[in-house]
Amino acid sequence: MPFVLSLFRLTLLAKFVCYAIVALGIDLIWGYTGILSLGHAVFFGLGAYIVAMHLKLASLGTVLPAFMKTGGLDALPVFLEPLRSGPAALILAILVPVVLAFLLGFMTFRNRIKGVYFSILSQALAWAFVTIFIGMQAYTGGSNGITGFADYFGMSLTAPLDMVKLYYLAVAVLALAYIGSTWLISRDLGKILIAIRDGENRTNFTGYDASRYKTFIFCISAALAALAGAPYVPFAGIISPKELDIAFSVEMVIWVAVGGRGTLIGAVLGAFLVSILKTGVSETMPGAWLYFVGLLFVLVVLCLPKGIVGGVEGLRTHFRRCLSGAARAQADS
Amino acid sequence: MDALTILFNGISLSSILLLAALGLAITFGLMGIINMAHGEFIMVGAYTTYVVQKALGSVLGDAYFFVSIVLAFLVAALFGVALEVLVIRRLYGRATDSLLATWGVSLILQQLARSIFGAPNVNVVAPAFLGGSLELLGVTMSYKRLFILLLVGAALALVLAILYKTEFGRRMRACIQNREMAACLGIRTKRIDCMTFALGSGLAGVAGCALTLLGSIGPTLGTSYIVDTFMVVVLGGVGKLIGTIAGAVLIGVAGTVLEWVATASIAKAAVLFLVVLFLQKKPQGLFALRTRALD
Repeated sequence: MPFVLSLFRLTLLAKFVCYAIVALGIDLIWGYTGILSLGHAVFFGLGAYIVAMHLKLASLGTVLPAFMKTGGLDALPVFLEPLRSGPAALILAILVPVVLAFLLGFMTFRNRIKGVYFSILSQALAWAFVTIFIGMQAYTGGSNGITGFADYFGMSLTAPLDMVKLYYLAVAVLALAYIGSTWLISRDLGKILIAIRDGENRTNFTGYDASRYKTFIFCISAALAALAGAPYVPFAGIISPKELDIAFSVEMVIWVAVGGRGTLIGAVLGAFLVSILKTGVSETMPGAWLYFVGLLFVLVVLCLPKGIVGGVEGLRTHFRRCLSGAARAQADS
Repeated sequence: MDALTILFNGISLSSILLLAALGLAITFGLMGIINMAHGEFIMVGAYTTYVVQKALGSVLGDAYFFVSIVLAFLVAALFGVALEVLVIRRLYGRATDSLLATWGVSLILQQLARSIFGAPNVNVVAPAFLGGSLELLGVTMSYKRLFILLLVGAALALVLAILYKTEFGRRMRACIQNREMAACLGIRTKRIDCMTFALGSGLAGVAGCALTLLGSIGPTLGTSYIVDTFMVVVLGGVGKLIGTIAGAVLIGVAGTVLEWVATASIAKAAVLFLVVLFLQKKPQGLFALRTRALD
C-alpha cells in the first residue's frame, strides 16, 4: 500500500493509523465501560508535545528554540532538561499522560462523579490545558505550537524510504494496541467493565470496586492516546494547541460512534472512515465539513446508536430471523 | 487596583456567567439534558441583536436595544423548540448521547453563522445612554456592566416568578420531581419539556444580547462561555437555582481575584482545579437536590 501512494497521501494515511490507536482507547472507556471522556485529546496532545519538544531540542543542539528566546528564557528550564534524551522523552510521553489520567480518575471516580458530570470535568480539563499551553508561550510555543523537526530518532523526515519505515512502525503499534486491547477485553476485566457500563451500583453490590476498574481502564485508555501521539508528530510535522482541544476530543468520540462502540474493530474502522471522509469533503467542498460532521453526529446518535458494525450485525440477525421464519412457514404448509 | 474594584469586576463577571448559566441550569439542572448547543444559542441571541440594530437602529434609535432583548429571547427560544422536537425528545434517558447529538447541532449552528455573517467578528453599537460610567467609593463602574447586573436581576426574578408563582411553573416542578407521577396526574410532560427547553434557550439568547455590550461577536462566541457555565451549574449543584447563583458568584469572583494575582491562563486553570477539589468534598455540588433514587 505505501508504495503506490504519494508521500503526502502516505503521511495522511499514517495519521489515520495514529487516530485508530486513539479510537481503541476511547472504545475501551466509552464503548465498554460507558465513561464519556471529552478530554482525551489532552493525553494524545501531551504525548505528542513531549516527543515534539525532544525532536526540537535534538535538532537544535545547544541552541534554544526561537519561541523560548522570544519568551524571555536564557536557558532551557530544568523540568525540560530530561527531554534532551530520546529514551527519556519516549518514556515521559507515555508516563505523564497516564499519571494525569490516574489523578483525574482517582479524584472523580472515587467520589462517584459519573456520567455527564465526568464528561463536563474532562472537557474542562481539556479547556484548561489549551489555555495554559497558549498562555505559557515561552515553554510551549504558544498558539503556534512546536514545529521544524529535522529527523525522528535518526530517521529523516524528508526521505521517502524513512517515512515508509515510520509508517510501518505506526501500523505495528496499531496492531500491538489492537492485540493488547483484545486480550484485555477477553479476560474477566472485559466482563466487569461491561457490567459497570450496564449497572454500576449492581457491580459494586456484587463485590467489585467499580471505581478501581474505572481508574485502571481510564489510565490504559490515556496510555493508548499518548502512544498514538508519539508517532503522530513526524507525520504531522507540527504540534499545536489544536491537538489538545475539546473539538479534537469530540472528534475522537465520533470515530468510535460511527464505527460502532463496544467493538474494537468498529473503533478502528470508524477512525479510518471518518478521517477519509473528512479529507474528501474538505478537499472538494471547503467549509462544508462542519455541516457534514454535525449532521453525522445527530444522525448516528438518532438512527445508528451502535454504529456501522452494530448496524451490520443488526441487519444480519434480522435477515437470519426472516430466513428462519420463512423456512418455518414453508415447513408448516 | 484596590479591593473594591476587584470585587466589582468579579461581581460583574459573575452576573454574566449567571445569565449564561441560568438557561443551562434550567435545561441541564432541571431536565437532565446536556445541551452543548447552549453556547450557540447565546451566539444566536447576539447575532439577533446585531440584525435588529442594523434593521431598526436608525428608526428606533437607542430603543432598539429593548426590542432586541425581547427578540433575542424569542429567536433563541424558537431554536430551542426546534432542537427539542427534532433531536432531544428522542434521547431522554440517554444523557451522554444527547450530549453528542447537541454537539453536532452546535457545529452546524456555528458554520451557519459563518455562512450568513462571515467568519470575522462584527460589532454592535451600544446604545448611547449606556456610554458613561459611575464613580462610587473610588470604583469606576461602567453603565454597561451595571445595566447587565440589572438585566440579570430581572431575568432571575422572572425565572423565580415563573417557577414558583405560575401554573406552568408548578407543573414544571412536578415533572422534575417525579416525571411518571406527574404524567399520571394528567400533566402533559412532553409539552412541559418543550416549554421548559424554550425558556432555558431563550435565556441564553438574552445572555447573548447582553454580551454584545461588552465586545465584538463572532461565530464561536458561545464556545468561550460554555465550559465556564457548565462549571457554574456543576459547582452549584444540579436542580437548584440558588446553587447556580452561588456557583456563578464563586467562580466569577475567584476567577477575577486569581487573574489579579496571576496570569489569565493560570487563573482559569486554578479555578478548574479548585472546583475539582471542592467536588471531592461535596460531589453533589453546593446545594444538592435531596433524593432517594440510586440510579
